[in-house]
Amino acid sequence: MSEVSTSPNAAPGLSERLRRAAQNGRLTATLILLPPALILFTLFVMLPLGESGVYAFYDWNGYGAPEDFVGFRNFEQMFGHSVFSVAAGNTVKIVIVSLLVQLPLALLLALLIYKKTPTNAAFRLIFFVPYIMAEVAAGLIWSFVFDGNYGVTASIANSLGIDRFFVLADRELAFYAVMVVIVWKYFGFHMMIYIAALQGVPDDQVEAAQIEGASRRQIVRHVQIPHIRPAIAVSVFFSIIGALQVFDVIIPLTNGGPSNQTHTIVTYLYEFGLTRLRIGFGSAVGVVLFIVAVLVAVFYQRIFMRRANP
Amino acid sequence: MTAPHVWRNVLRIALLLVVASFVLAPLWATVMGGFKTNPEIRTSAFALPDAWNTEFYGAILSDPSFWRYLGNSLLISSAAVVLTLIVGSAAAYVFAQIRFFGANFLFSYLLLGLMFPFATAILPLFIKVRDLGLLDTYWAVILPQTAFGLSLAILLFRTFFAQLPKELFEAAYIDGCGYVRFFIMFTLPLSTPILATVGVFVFVQSWNNFLLPLVVLNSREVFTWPLGMMQYRGEFVTQWNQTLAFVTLSLVPAVVFFLAAQKYIVAGLTGGAVKG
Repeated sequence: MSEVSTSPNAAPGLSERLRRAAQNGRLTATLILLPPALILFTLFVMLPLGESGVYAFYDWNGYGAPEDFVGFRNFEQMFGHSVFSVAAGNTVKIVIVSLLVQLPLALLLALLIYKKTPTNAAFRLIFFVPYIMAEVAAGLIWSFVFDGNYGVTASIANSLGIDRFFVLADRELAFYAVMVVIVWKYFGFHMMIYIAALQGVPDDQVEAAQIEGASRRQIVRHVQIPHIRPAIAVSVFFSIIGALQVFDVIIPLTNGGPSNQTHTIVTYLYEFGLTRLRIGFGSAVGVVLFIVAVLVAVFYQRIFMRRANP
Repeated sequence: MTAPHVWRNVLRIALLLVVASFVLAPLWATVMGGFKTNPEIRTSAFALPDAWNTEFYGAILSDPSFWRYLGNSLLISSAAVVLTLIVGSAAAYVFAQIRFFGANFLFSYLLLGLMFPFATAILPLFIKVRDLGLLDTYWAVILPQTAFGLSLAILLFRTFFAQLPKELFEAAYIDGCGYVRFFIMFTLPLSTPILATVGVFVFVQSWNNFLLPLVVLNSREVFTWPLGMMQYRGEFVTQWNQTLAFVTLSLVPAVVFFLAAQKYIVAGLTGGAVKG
């Protein structure tokens, strides 16, 4: 701190500002309060993220140091692996079902029950129950429902007097079953977003439209939906990001089977990276997942945020 | 009401009931299944049980490992909440109150966690936790969980802290109150709504987390309840009544908690959603 006295007539320099900050306790406060967050975040989020970018280029089982540099071989293997294509395709299917089934259903229900009445509150609560449950529990409950030997499906087949059927063991049907569970689990969440937004639409605008003789459908289309567009953008974003992360539900339902038909990107990463201790290969899958997630976030900012606040 | 209105309302309620039964039927079958014998589940999954067999629920409730799993989850989730609130609010306070060189850069850095899914770096995270010697300990779940929750927590805290009246700090500062003391004496007590919202949010996420404990916990002594549940399922493959009783009982705390904290959960969801 000796330079302070050597430049007396200059505007407050860096060391002068540091001295002042130290005197009024700002520096100490910053040095006490900020580092824990920075250290935790760096150690457990950013470092592993950076390391996956390194490990992805090695063939490594996790023991010793990674030494076997293989260039892009992990990526080539991944993109050439038919199960990876299935997993990526399944992720796309989840997005499509979210956009075409889940969000319209959530919006319809939100329009039916957004007004604050006791009946509506009861329905809201019911529709929200699956969302508050752990994904694993939801998956387990539905694996019971789809169990053709001992579960609900067996009971249905029994009472209808038809042959027993096994939805989760069917290569074609299994993933549709998974998507039913996903819609069941998450539509209530999107509905809540829409309800919150619909309650924010000014009453006088709806009333003005009514006085001018607009039908219910016209009010929905021309007054309410334009108003809640930001909420719709948010829920689209959450569906896509959510689709990229599906894991917990799959494990109890199908564990990726039958014959690897119901993997998602994360179950693929788990199955072919972690359980086989192919850290390099799994990291490569992680890198691809990261790139897709960042692209989605950037696109979202570009397209929806601009439209939302012109 | 006019006739079309009545019809519209009937249609509305009918539709809501259909969706409600789609939501509730699996849950109903689950709760009832815990009271039934296995042959009965296979023939009438939705009916009320012929006889209310309470032995399956009783077996779970008297099984020490069930309580062990719940206790582990409670411990881990509570620790994650406390740590996130302390570490997150401290950092957010600095960003809201103190201007310094690089503040914006560090703030954006800490928000990067909002950009990508947790699973992205799960393998290097596993290696890191192993090299730190934390595998199979509570910290293996608590620390990464906290680190990943920090981004959203800091974002929400900073927004809230920045809205607190500036005059308060100036007055306290003149009276000789330092930054750290002001944070503890004034900022935190004034911020209970946002602390509660973030706390509830972190708790629910941690309580339900499956992937991280699955990767870093191996022995049953430290299992969280989702792992315990899967373990149970593996042991009683064909005896659904056992598993269903376990699932039902482990969902009870979640439902009670939700009803108690409903306000904060919904606020956290929609607030986080609108800001995110």
